[in-house]
Amino acid sequence: MKIKKKCVAMLLAGGQGSRLYALTQKVAKPAIPYGGKNRFIDFPLSNCINSGIDTVGVLTQYQPLVLNDYIGNGQPWDLDKMHGGVHVLPPYQTSRGASWYEGTANAIYQNMAFIERYDPEYVIVLGGDHIYKMDYSKMIDFHVANKADSTIAVIDVPRSEASRFGIMICDDERRVTDFKEKPKEPVSTLASMGIYVFTWEKLRKYLIENENANTGSKDFGKDIIPAMLKNDERLFAYEFEGYWRDVGTLDSLWEANMDLLSPSVPLDLYDPSWKIYSRHENMPPQYIGSNAHVENSMITEGSVVDGAVDFSVISAGVTIEEGATVKYSIIMPGTVIKSGAVVEYAIIGEDSVIESGAKIGMSPECVENRDDWGIAVVGHNITVSGNKPVLPKEIISENI
Amino acid sequence: MGMNNNVLGLIFASVNDSTVIDLTKQRTMGSIPFGGRYRLIDFPLSNMVNSGIQEVGVITKSNYGSLMDHLGSGREWDLARKKGGLHLLPPFSHVGGGVYQGRLEALNNVWNFIDYAKSKYVVMSNCDVVANVDFSAAIAQHENSDADITIVYAKGPYRMEKNISTNILTIDDDNNVTEVLVNPDMAGECNICLDMFVMRTDFLKKIVREAASKNQHSLIRDVLQGRKDEFVFKAYEHNGSFFKIDSLESYFKTNLMLQKSEIRNDLFDSESPIYTKTGDNAPVKYGLETTVKNSTIADGCMIDGTIENCVIFRGVKVGKGSVVKNCVIMQGTVIGENCNLEYVVTDKQVEISDDRVLTGSLEYPLYLGKKAKI
Repeated sequence: MKIKKKCVAMLLAGGQGSRLYALTQKVAKPAIPYGGKNRFIDFPLSNCINSGIDTVGVLTQYQPLVLNDYIGNGQPWDLDKMHGGVHVLPPYQTSRGASWYEGTANAIYQNMAFIERYDPEYVIVLGGDHIYKMDYSKMIDFHVANKADSTIAVIDVPRSEASRFGIMICDDERRVTDFKEKPKEPVSTLASMGIYVFTWEKLRKYLIENENANTGSKDFGKDIIPAMLKNDERLFAYEFEGYWRDVGTLDSLWEANMDLLSPSVPLDLYDPSWKIYSRHENMPPQYIGSNAHVENSMITEGSVVDGAVDFSVISAGVTIEEGATVKYSIIMPGTVIKSGAVVEYAIIGEDSVIESGAKIGMSPECVENRDDWGIAVVGHNITVSGNKPVLPKEIISENI
Repeated sequence: MGMNNNVLGLIFASVNDSTVIDLTKQRTMGSIPFGGRYRLIDFPLSNMVNSGIQEVGVITKSNYGSLMDHLGSGREWDLARKKGGLHLLPPFSHVGGGVYQGRLEALNNVWNFIDYAKSKYVVMSNCDVVANVDFSAAIAQHENSDADITIVYAKGPYRMEKNISTNILTIDDDNNVTEVLVNPDMAGECNICLDMFVMRTDFLKKIVREAASKNQHSLIRDVLQGRKDEFVFKAYEHNGSFFKIDSLESYFKTNLMLQKSEIRNDLFDSESPIYTKTGDNAPVKYGLETTVKNSTIADGCMIDGTIENCVIFRGVKVGKGSVVKNCVIMQGTVIGENCNLEYVVTDKQVEISDDRVLTGSLEYPLYLGKKAKI
């Protein structure tokens, strides 16, 4: 039996996230905590269900244990459906052998059978490393209205940053005329967000052609989009206006968390009509102690704060003892900051212990040469003793 | 945690509702919000689940809209099961409004469910005790004794009070309950009955049928007192903390007890968690120039004022310049700017405009009803 779906989402969650090293050694990038209560993948999953897309394939490959466990049956996102719902799709073996996902296009190619079970008109391809709230149904409407073969979500970026992105060049009707990957001298400031809507018939054809051409990259940005452009297919750019942030680097992860504390940043996690769901353990509400000092921060359930917290994001089940100081930092779930420890401008991974007397990170004003300054990072399950301070930019991935 | 396939849990969602009349105007005892993100029924229900019980019947008579909404399919307690699971048990036929006169009457009104029960044992609990109770130990003790009923109790201070009903046990050296006294005129450390019982299912069926035939309603009066010479009653001691919610004052004080770490750690033991329906709220956001001391705060709140010694439920907003001290502020309440609240209990979704001053006292906290606008 086929239960036809208008649109199936394919979420690329297999990336290693090597630029988030220390946080992604044993955890796939989409499972990294963000904003106290979420993990990256909550954003595309919640956007899907809030946009009316209830069939999502999650393509996993790298260190999938935590991610698989997190997604589970999809219930926290209301994606435990009788028909559709969320499906974790790791690479698999066939009668012709087994192969890893070789690129983003190849990952979808290997799961064409999954898509065809739902006989969709459209497929939306998503990533798992961006923080944004987006109504995909509007993008699909745009795609349909333009009789497009592919629609690429774009965001207007400052010209100075445009050379970091894949840039779309469009005509007045938003039809894409050219695409440049990280151009040195960008002619446009419309950056691809890595979100694609395809008419499934077309995508199917290009996936098969790309597979047969054996380009080596088998990538949407490098192969599929250029091939479609070359054949004069109808490609359109859908401009997204709103908060969108790449969290592929340690600095951008820190900044995206700090954004939540800024009243001027338009990412509202408190809007009941567009909740960002998450899977979380049953924990009592947070407790703020009699000698605690808490200001301009986000703190979540299960945490016990007896120390000072300022301009920080504190995840679930964190303990901050009396006499500990946490400033401009992100503390991931289950971590303990002991009395007398000072954590500033830092990211501390999950279930780590920062011992008494430890000093992690430093404010930019305290560093003589500004180039020496950066976020200090401690990975997951690490104990940091008070023996030696962790300097700005330092990344700790073993007990010290 | 082992499975207890041979034990059925029964929870009375609306026994003693009249003791907290303000809070039960539109809900059952079981659905009274507690501790920032819980409802009182979460405690007995989680205790049962944590004791391996996989089938629970929740008996209620009226006002159970919020209770049904909270429990849903029972998924949050892992009770959305093909075998067993959660059963919400309103009366099987029309029996009028209000609450049941006693547990035996309640059980008789869901007789079809009781009669059908295949489990060997039954564990019963009300919803007016906040505690993390290990029923599996009570069941094991019952199994290994000759008791007809095992009664869960805890040692604690007692003094007689008007309008509050407490059952006190007299226990002999062989752990037999020799007497159950209702609100006796005495004071000091006593064996306080937690109104939780273990018995064989066939025994329960027998006493319910016999009570019905004699038009008897009360488990305490008609069985524990009335038939004490006929049956063997044993006591099981709960050693952890426990709080009986039997007045607005005790409701208020018990909420504020959560600020004590030893009580928090005991009630919310990570080995036996208290489960509840999730609200999918974002973390608490604290603004600039906030002062927060000794308070329990649930997710989804936005705090811009001063909070001291409070329990704040999900999604509460406290405006700039407001000072909230010694208060229990329920879900969705919005407190404007420059307000001053002391010893206040707000029910859900109360709105308090700017510059309001509201003061109660520890013994008589000021209660603001659901959706009140001040």
